[in-house]
Amino acid sequence: MIVCKSPSELEKMHRAGLVVWEVLNELRGMVKPGVTTMELDEVAEKRCAEHHMRPAFKNYRGYPASLCTSINSEVVHGIPSKSRRVKEGDILSLDFGVEHEGYFADAAVTVPVGEVSPELKKLLQVTREALDNAIEKMRVGNRLSDISAAVQEWAERKNGYSVVRDLCGHGIGTHMHEEPNVLNYGEPGRGPRLQEGMVFAIEPMVNQGVPDVKVLDDEWTAVTADGKDSAHFEHTVAVTSNGPWVLTRPRELQGPSW
Amino acid sequence: MAKRPEPEKRKADASNPKEDAIEVMATVIEPLPNAMFRVELENKHQVLAHISGKMRKNFIRILAGDKVAVELSPYDLTRGRIVYRYK
Repeated sequence: MIVCKSPSELEKMHRAGLVVWEVLNELRGMVKPGVTTMELDEVAEKRCAEHHMRPAFKNYRGYPASLCTSINSEVVHGIPSKSRRVKEGDILSLDFGVEHEGYFADAAVTVPVGEVSPELKKLLQVTREALDNAIEKMRVGNRLSDISAAVQEWAERKNGYSVVRDLCGHGIGTHMHEEPNVLNYGEPGRGPRLQEGMVFAIEPMVNQGVPDVKVLDDEWTAVTADGKDSAHFEHTVAVTSNGPWVLTRPRELQGPSW
Repeated sequence: MAKRPEPEKRKADASNPKEDAIEVMATVIEPLPNAMFRVELENKHQVLAHISGKMRKNFIRILAGDKVAVELSPYDLTRGRIVYRYK
């Protein structure tokens, strides 16, 4: 069952979403060669406390940190570490979520560290655009798989990358992971019709090489099977009668999602 | 945080009890009440068999002497399910 949220519930999720957006933007500014992923996690946790919100990932199914930091070939769920320093030319995915009065918001952005190769820039751009295209499908009357197809169409058919099959976006609301699974691949025109008040965390994960991923021994970090790089962008998006509403950024903002 | 979707459940996988049955040939000996039949298997064992839901739905009539296919549960070899009547 997909739970539709009322306007006041969406407002609460938006309040959480604004904090996510603010924190991710602050962290984005901090990403420079030499910074450890743990330092970023500490800042994320501190900001949560200042806003009296709870970091949503902490202890979620045993996840040990507030932030996911995934470098280069790590797709998602990289655990922050004191000994992991990013270096010039890396790409770093920051994935963060908070809970506010029982409602969740979840977003992610992949940032270049210093100057990165043109190939990586292209990967980041295409993944972000895939998210933009998917958000555009969040309209009343579309079907769930229209979102999935928009991601796959852009990343795979138009740009020759591959989208990860083993991980997906999700419904979000009073739990971080709700129904349905928002896959990043598939035929358009399948699945339930979108209705006002549905909220999904849409998160394309795009690989340079093969779509396969494996999970490391820490039981969290997902890496690409062939060791090539991977990018990840995410927003929490609501379906409204006026079209998509990106809850994890200020409402007045228009244009590209990240 | 991305979700790891659980694999979708298939309708007829190995865990479906109807898939585990052993199918054998048999001859109907006598009809019994409640659409049950006493049938004799090729190995001369006699078992009590009922008609599968699909056959019952389609009104496949079974008489003494008919050749039928019977599915036996590996757990209870004294009972079976008639799944086909040969012409």
